[in-house]
Amino acid sequence: MDNVQQHDKELHDAAHERDAQGEKLLEVKDLHVSFFTPAGEVKAVGGISYELGYGEVMGIVGESGSGKSQEAYAIMGLLQSPGKVIGGSITFEGEDVLAKTREEMTEFRGTRAAMIFQNPMTSLNPVYTVGNQLIEALRTHDKKISKKEAARRAMEMLELVGINNVAKRMKQYPHEFSGGMRQRVMIAMGLICHPKLLIADEPTTALDVTIQAQILELMKDLQKKTHMGIIFITHNLGVVAEICDKVSVMYAGKIVEQGAVNDIFYKPSHPYTLGLLRSMPRVDADEHERLIPIEGTPVDMLNPPDGCPFAPRCEHCMKICLQKMPPHVEIGEGHKSACWLRVLEKKKGEAFGAEGGAEERQSKKED
Amino acid sequence: MPKYIVKRVFMALLTVLIVACITFFLMHAIPGNPWLSDKTPSETVIKALNEKYGLDKPLHVQLGKYLGNMLRGDFGKSIKMQKNREVATIIAEKFPVSAKIGAIAILWAVIVAVPLGCLSAYKRATWIDSTLRVICTIGISMPGFVVATVLLLTLTGQGKFFPTTWNVNDPSWRNYVLPCLSLGFYPMCYLARQTRTAMLDAINQEYIKTARAKGLKTGKTIFKHALRNALIPVITYLGPQVAFTLCGGFVVEKVFSIPGLGQYFVMSIQARDYPVIMGTTIFLATFIVIMNLVVDLLYKVVDPRINLEKGGN
Repeated sequence: MDNVQQHDKELHDAAHERDAQGEKLLEVKDLHVSFFTPAGEVKAVGGISYELGYGEVMGIVGESGSGKSQEAYAIMGLLQSPGKVIGGSITFEGEDVLAKTREEMTEFRGTRAAMIFQNPMTSLNPVYTVGNQLIEALRTHDKKISKKEAARRAMEMLELVGINNVAKRMKQYPHEFSGGMRQRVMIAMGLICHPKLLIADEPTTALDVTIQAQILELMKDLQKKTHMGIIFITHNLGVVAEICDKVSVMYAGKIVEQGAVNDIFYKPSHPYTLGLLRSMPRVDADEHERLIPIEGTPVDMLNPPDGCPFAPRCEHCMKICLQKMPPHVEIGEGHKSACWLRVLEKKKGEAFGAEGGAEERQSKKED
Repeated sequence: MPKYIVKRVFMALLTVLIVACITFFLMHAIPGNPWLSDKTPSETVIKALNEKYGLDKPLHVQLGKYLGNMLRGDFGKSIKMQKNREVATIIAEKFPVSAKIGAIAILWAVIVAVPLGCLSAYKRATWIDSTLRVICTIGISMPGFVVATVLLLTLTGQGKFFPTTWNVNDPSWRNYVLPCLSLGFYPMCYLARQTRTAMLDAINQEYIKTARAKGLKTGKTIFKHALRNALIPVITYLGPQVAFTLCGGFVVEKVFSIPGLGQYFVMSIQARDYPVIMGTTIFLATFIVIMNLVVDLLYKVVDPRINLEKGGN
């Protein structure tokens, strides 16, 4: 145990130092991912940008098909054919990830960045013991480590993620573990080579609520210990509030709003974010308050509209929304939103001062 | 586990008994008798022969007697083809010839088919995949005698390397090449397709994504993680196929004039040599039953989730 903690502390300190120097762990700039299907090009990710600092936890929120997972696969180099990165850049600790060769990417995965998946029931190979799979993760990247030493490290990792009776557990098969336990194994496997970035693709979605809370606690705890960066992909805003420092809200392959977690929850500025928040049950709501769903259906990614992808479902939709994609507008520190309402507000704010808001509403009616 | 095996062995015996009964009645349902030939003997001679070999008794009495002898390990004697030779001796003589060719055939089929299936699945929807699929479809749909004939036409003849027919006096490997090629071609194509389908399924599983995400090389991902999961359908097919192939392909043995069990079996049916028909059928049935048992035990080895005692997961 000491060994792991010592190592974690070193990583922790190093990460802090880099953080203090303003270095970024991960920078994604204008990333485009497309799937070239027989029916045409599906623009799964249409130009997203964000930065992740050392030890920062970012949530990527969006509904199914919004491109949030594909964007993560692009970072890991795990995009499945016919998916391709067709534009933009991914910089990890100053290195261009997209320029890496296949061998370099193989080495990159697991050691620098790790990924855990949505369904722990199917993410572990059913025909190998948990120990085998953990040791394998370690020995792939560290050829010199002995089997015995690798097994010891694997057991340490299992203990770290809160699994008891590790010696026996190592010899068991995944089907002898419960869902929550399997997700713990997945986390242990992801972290065994001490990656600096963990991408968690809906890691709690398939678990029941009490287990969800346990896994979130565990991830928070491990994040504090190792100071790794986490990208937390989810459609559950509650989970985001629980663990993330900042949030990117994705819709139809684009980031529509980005900001610190408090800004997103208390000052949502994009109608989609607002819609997400209103459709989420709250403990502090009035007894008979109804949830408000977002009307309509997600856009067809084969033929995305010219304008804002959310426009057809947006209650504030204006003419320009259907014609042009809005630019990102800086609303507060690190708080950005891609909505024409905000663009207009800002313009009017600059022209007339604070009263712009009312007039803008007026102009919307005329539209 | 031992309890399971005992149960399975008992079931196996029962299966063989049932196969024996069905074969017995079907065999006697075929018109004709063992004594018909170019010079058909007179009624009185046939009667005398029937009496001698006990064929004049009612069928159920004959069957009872046969089963009784069978359980004592006595499979009777040939009454036509090699008169008065023990059926067991004949099988012991013919089987090794077929088995050797069959073993080589099935071995090359597996060794080639599994990697090809993996390759085809890994390179799915590319020209490699398409080419392999076309070859496999041809191999599956082309009858054995066509394959054998094509090989004969192209690779044998005057001045060519391989002998046209089986040379009993020449034990060299040249004898084996063409029969093994033609006998193994169908299983190879079928297995390659099975492997491809199973691998496609396995490759799309989440644990393959996990394996890649932890930085495993492609080879290890495919051969360690995907293949092991794809093996079940492959083993399922392979079990009975091993029995069939080792007992000899009739067509191939006929085309190459190989004195194997497969050809002998078909000839015994034509000659209505009842004890030989029964003996070879029971031999093949037992072999298949044993292979199926082996396959079931292998399932457990390949996939730890399989619980044999409860008959499922």
